[in-house]
Amino acid sequence: MFQRFAFLASPGKFYAIAGAWLPWLSALTALGFAVGLYWGLRVAPPDYQQGEAYRIIYVHVPAAWLSLFVYVAMAGAGAVALVWRVKLAEAAVYECAVLGASFTALALATGMLWGKPMWGTWWQWGDARLVSELILLFLYFGVLGLHNAIADPRKAARVAAVLALAGVVNVPIVHYSVEWWNTLHQGATVAKFSAPSAHASMLWPLLFMGGMYLLYFATVLLARLRMRLLEREADRQWVRELQHG
Amino acid sequence: MMGRAFASLLRREALLAWRRRGQQVQPLLFYVLVMLLFPLGIGPESAQLAALAPSLLWITALLAALLAPGALFATDLDEGGIEVWMTCGMPLSWLALAKLLAHALVVALPLVLLSPLLGAWFGLRGEALWMLPATMALGLPVLCWVGALGAALTLGLPRGGMLLALIVLPFYMPVLLFGSGAVHAALAGRPAGGALMLLGALACLALSLVPLAVAGALRASQE
Repeated sequence: MFQRFAFLASPGKFYAIAGAWLPWLSALTALGFAVGLYWGLRVAPPDYQQGEAYRIIYVHVPAAWLSLFVYVAMAGAGAVALVWRVKLAEAAVYECAVLGASFTALALATGMLWGKPMWGTWWQWGDARLVSELILLFLYFGVLGLHNAIADPRKAARVAAVLALAGVVNVPIVHYSVEWWNTLHQGATVAKFSAPSAHASMLWPLLFMGGMYLLYFATVLLARLRMRLLEREADRQWVRELQHG
Repeated sequence: MMGRAFASLLRREALLAWRRRGQQVQPLLFYVLVMLLFPLGIGPESAQLAALAPSLLWITALLAALLAPGALFATDLDEGGIEVWMTCGMPLSWLALAKLLAHALVVALPLVLLSPLLGAWFGLRGEALWMLPATMALGLPVLCWVGALGAALTLGLPRGGMLLALIVLPFYMPVLLFGSGAVHAALAGRPAGGALMLLGALACLALSLVPLAVAGALRASQE
């Protein structure tokens, strides 16, 4: 069973296999985004309350999902890096932090764009999800800042991995504390959108877009990991063979 | 054996803190001095100040706890103490726990004892006046321990101070929410027991997990 994943332990083998997958993954991601966006922005029915404006969820909600998913993925890679010292996992900690911070920033930006027509304001302190998403962005910045401050990339990855693992405990605490803080202060007066789970015609394109964001994450992660391994292993035999072979 | 090592490390830290008692006063002076800034910045209307007082008292204590652990492991690193801990055969997290308890005792306890004085100075009365030290007794140790984790992560880095704040502040937010929230609730005559219990839960969580994380951070940064 573990033999099937043995290629992950060898940077050279990973570079070759990921390189073979990448064109297919990229094409599938591009096609999937075209289908998903057409489905969400044209085919799905308008919302009975928010009209066409709700359609930003097809960009916003998957970004918010991925912002949390990537954090857990980063911590998972960090745990592997700490326990087994796999070079690929060490590189993945940093690349996950970069991508996760991007998804978080996208979720925040689209959330604010959505808030302007719905709440009449770009920023609403009363919305727990907006506030905890901002704190999540700073957790990513902490991992990136710590990683950047340490010169040796392998040591940087392991130290950042400890922070990422501590953050996994912190993320749910932050989320629920901000939520309880809101109910304590404002009661139920805060405008909250109910998830459009009632309508399958809206839910399916949303789930599809979620899958496509995941595919996009996998594709870009593989491409970035290949680039990073090439850079870090520049003096190794397998890179030289690539250059001369 | 493990108990004796724990006790002697704890005693060493307390003794060192006592010998450097001039330094240990600094967080307290910082606390008073920053609290002094708020009336100057906000204006002398005492009603406005009293309404904001729980938040101001908590945020300033948080900043004092944030600045305290900067060099917590620096002398241990310079004198080779950390290498001895890692090679002595005892769990590193156990020794880290002694270090963390001593740190909370030295930094958090004086701030807790000072807080009712400052609270009275800023017009807290009745239940809010004892709610402030109660929330701080539960919350400030958490801030000290998480700050110590930040110090372990940034150990040996030049100019680690700003980075430490960037790393640690997202972890401080839940404690601030519940701590300041409980004092505000007491001030408004609402029940504050729930927030107090959540603070206690955070303290238990931090006490059980932070030593493990500090041990992991020291190992990752020192090999």
